Amino acid sequence: MTTDFAVALVMGLGSIGPGLAIGLLVGKGLEAIGRNPEAAGKIQTNMVLGIAFAEAIAIYALVVALILKFV
Amino acid sequence: MSASIHISLSAEPIFYIGSFPVTNSMFTSLIVSALIIAFALAANRSFKKTDRPSGLQNLAEFIVESFYHFTHSITGNMGKAQAFMPWVATFFIVIMINNWSGLIPGVGYIFVPEAEPPVETSAQRSLLPQVQATTTEAETITERETNPTSEAVSEHASSVEGKSVPLFRAGTADLNLTLALGLISVFMIQFFGFRYQGLSYISKYLNFSSPINFFIGILELISEFGKIISFGFRLFGNIFAGEVLIGVLMYLTKVLVPVPFYGLEIFVGMIQAVVFSMLSLVLFNMATIGHHEEH
Repeated sequence: MTTDFAVALVMGLGSIGPGLAIGLLVGKGLEAIGRNPEAAGKIQTNMVLGIAFAEAIAIYALVVALILKFV
Repeated sequence: MSASIHISLSAEPIFYIGSFPVTNSMFTSLIVSALIIAFALAANRSFKKTDRPSGLQNLAEFIVESFYHFTHSITGNMGKAQAFMPWVATFFIVIMINNWSGLIPGVGYIFVPEAEPPVETSAQRSLLPQVQATTTEAETITERETNPTSEAVSEHASSVEGKSVPLFRAGTADLNLTLALGLISVFMIQFFGFRYQGLSYISKYLNFSSPINFFIGILELISEFGKIISFGFRLFGNIFAGEVLIGVLMYLTKVLVPVPFYGLEIFVGMIQAVVFSMLSLVLFNMATIGHHEEH
């Protein structure tokens, strides 16, 4: 019973940070593309890289949740 | 009442070679490797020196050239691009095909009885893949000679011996493979660092010029281990969570709803391969440039 709570909390709290991070990243990225449309390719590449980093943190939380639930 | 869902964090062994367990993800990744190698050999067999390649050679040249272009766009230096490109291309191809192999119909759905460790001499260890029904209708097709009267998968399996495990599983859904790839990547970072910067690369970690730099060096060392963990868990988490997602959706809503998530998983499989290889490439490049430019 408490495990279920823990699983839900881990996932919920663990998604706040990455969600904010990805939102900020993409916002800045779009702004940069708007200022300099020629560099859109480079900006996009680095933006996707940054998004993958931020997403990895959410994945850590997901792995903890999965371990709690299934092990 | 439908059959219960089968989710396992670790890959299960399907048979034993001596006392070495071969798990389902190991088996699947071996098949994927065999396919990739077969493609490479086939493309190499009919190699013609021509300005207008066609067929398999054309496809292979397109792939190789795309990777060269991609690597060169990050390194800017042709020598480095030639050194890094095989690693980047291998990471990308292996990871992407292994990720996608988890989406092939039948993977995770074909069950075999679980192999027993060779301590006890087990009589019947049939390795015939047996299609397991996941619905309760009695007229669903099964190829088992035993009588499938029970409904839940676990009960079904216990009519043989032990429980059933899937025959196939995406290779990268196993933490072993992803951690191994992470280890290889970080090891190659150090290798390229030493190769391009000589022994002064060690000053990244052991820097005695000032106390602050010494602690920064220790932090850099810790962060290298953090990279191994992060490489391994990023890939594993994405692919395993995708498997769980598809499995749960198929269990809850049998039709239509899993389809967009299948598309998402195809996309995620490709993106994770891109992220792994691009991150490795950027780290290779940073290791070879050196951190002495700000002085």
